[in-house]
Amino acid sequence: MSSLISLAAELASGMVRVVDLTQTLSPEFPAIALPPEFGQCWPFRIEEVSRYDERGTAWYWNNFSCGEHTGTHFDAPIHWVSGRDLPRNATDSLPVQHLIGAACVIDCSAQATADPDFLLTVEHVRRWEVVNGRIPPRAWVLMRTDWSKRTDPVAYQNFDETGQHTPGPAADVVQFLIDERDVTGFGTESIGTDAGQGYHLKPPYPCHYFMHGAGRYGLQCLTNLDLLPPTGSVIFCAPLKIKNGSGSPIRALALVPNPKV
Amino acid sequence: MIPPLSRPKRKNPLLRTRLPLLPPGARSRAALGLTAAAALGRFELQVCGHCGTVQYPPREACHRCLSDKLRWREQSGLGELLSTTAVHLSQDLFFRERVPWSLGLVRLDAGPTVVAHLHGGCAPAPCRVRIGARLDKSGQGVLLAFPPDEVLNMADDRQLREMTCDPKFRKVLVTDGKTAVGQAVVRAVIAAGADLVWVGHAEPWKRLPGFAELASLPQVAPLALDLTDSGSVKQMAGEMGGKVDILINTAEVHRAHGIASRSGVDAARAEMDTNYFGLLRLAQEFGPAMRARGADGESSATAWVNVLSIYALSNFPPHGTFSASKAAALSLSQCLRAEMRSGGVRVINVFPGPIDEEWNQMLPPPKLTPEALANAVVKALQEGIEDVYPGDVAQEWLARWQESPKTLEREVSA
Repeated sequence: MSSLISLAAELASGMVRVVDLTQTLSPEFPAIALPPEFGQCWPFRIEEVSRYDERGTAWYWNNFSCGEHTGTHFDAPIHWVSGRDLPRNATDSLPVQHLIGAACVIDCSAQATADPDFLLTVEHVRRWEVVNGRIPPRAWVLMRTDWSKRTDPVAYQNFDETGQHTPGPAADVVQFLIDERDVTGFGTESIGTDAGQGYHLKPPYPCHYFMHGAGRYGLQCLTNLDLLPPTGSVIFCAPLKIKNGSGSPIRALALVPNPKV
Repeated sequence: MIPPLSRPKRKNPLLRTRLPLLPPGARSRAALGLTAAAALGRFELQVCGHCGTVQYPPREACHRCLSDKLRWREQSGLGELLSTTAVHLSQDLFFRERVPWSLGLVRLDAGPTVVAHLHGGCAPAPCRVRIGARLDKSGQGVLLAFPPDEVLNMADDRQLREMTCDPKFRKVLVTDGKTAVGQAVVRAVIAAGADLVWVGHAEPWKRLPGFAELASLPQVAPLALDLTDSGSVKQMAGEMGGKVDILINTAEVHRAHGIASRSGVDAARAEMDTNYFGLLRLAQEFGPAMRARGADGESSATAWVNVLSIYALSNFPPHGTFSASKAAALSLSQCLRAEMRSGGVRVINVFPGPIDEEWNQMLPPPKLTPEALANAVVKALQEGIEDVYPGDVAQEWLARWQESPKTLEREVSA
């Protein structure tokens, strides 16, 4: 039996579970906020077209609008200026092979709870590897912070007068994950792959700058990372095939072994 | 002596809500000149350009010399109250519910003798009075005889209150309390005696200056209202739309761009989404209940205020897309006014010149302070004014626009 057929059987039996890593797209879910003089990413909006009524008697449907970077979403290399000239750098041209891969989940929930500005460092990753083994090539590294459990949008955004305070990676760990571990991408639960105060790092927004500059990807606004094991799961994170798109909302899923069955 | 308005009792929930009725609203085209002036808070009569006669009622020609060179001119309204009467029986449905209704015969110093609604503060005839023009519930200009000087509780007169939208003891929704204008309006309606003020705030994670302090006022109830989100507007209308007596739409997106100074349509679309579609969403969701509550006791639904811009009249190219969104809002507001009229709910449009706020940073003074704008809104509610042009810049633009829209267009685009 091929491994795919056995995977299908394990999915059917529940030996492999599917975990939804996606936040619900709703108008209330916060969108990234830039200074008002900049262009803005649209929040998710939905307008009813008809609901079995005079506008359409037997059918219900909606029109929705949002930005490429609304809700749980995917960042392509072309999103950042550092990746602008790379080949196959957009949502329609990137190699789809990259969109399914092993996930390494680094639990930073205790640190993020203690310090909203927590930065993941190389040292944290090395300590994680002592317990869980070396991050394999072409894996996705997901930073678990339990930030997605902040269901109040005010707490989720966590703005004060100096800006946003959310956890993310330090500059050096991003370079380490690319150069030393050859990761496919980096994912977070908060509204950016970079920390809320990432503008003040060197370079500004290092995860965007280095990851996309190296042709790697970003995932943000993920949820349910606490349901994934540190290693052993596989994630699916395909963006919509938008022509020359810089990203897209996604339905992020993870396949997780279920030893109880 | 006018008894002070006391806090209206809570509504008896077992009784049917009285439906709104309108006083007779038919007018000749000539008579609409009185309405046009009253909408601006002015009392104007026709004055003959040939012989100087001041005449009332309005006609197509001068009743003395038959000249058709008639001009509407502002009047002091001073005159002599000759006699008074009170209507106790009326076949008109509107007045039938409001009898007794006092009327007076007034000989204006300017010449004509007029029949006017009578303010309760006037002394017994004969005495001096001052005629003012007001809009009644049908939106038409009518004449009201006031005492010549201020009397105690002047605004609380029962008949006058049928023609004004005083915020006293009323429940008010201010759609955006995060801007300086929104916050000034909230404070002004509270100072004018509003019972309760719902204050809308979109994107709650954006903590903007002044809002937390405003929300701590005892009359204020913060409301998660986002005019760009149809679901949010629908939900809030469902939750509290049936209680709103006065809606003041202060929500606005303002970016300082013409066409060439900003590529793409995102900023212009954001302006339209709030300034035009936001008004449409509000009107669809909050309009019906307010229209139905136009005669719901002493604290009925009474007014809808749109903060527009003087740039709605003629495009100000440095803020060109903002001007266009306000012109669209003005047009929609005229539609709203026509649709709200059946409920006797007044739609008030406010046309400020540049406001002293961040998006007008680069414009030289004079700029209207948010407080002056807020006071103009309250004054319009109290005096029943329909079109408000607060401040010197707005007044000057209005005068130039009335004289020649084309000249104004060329002047401001120079």
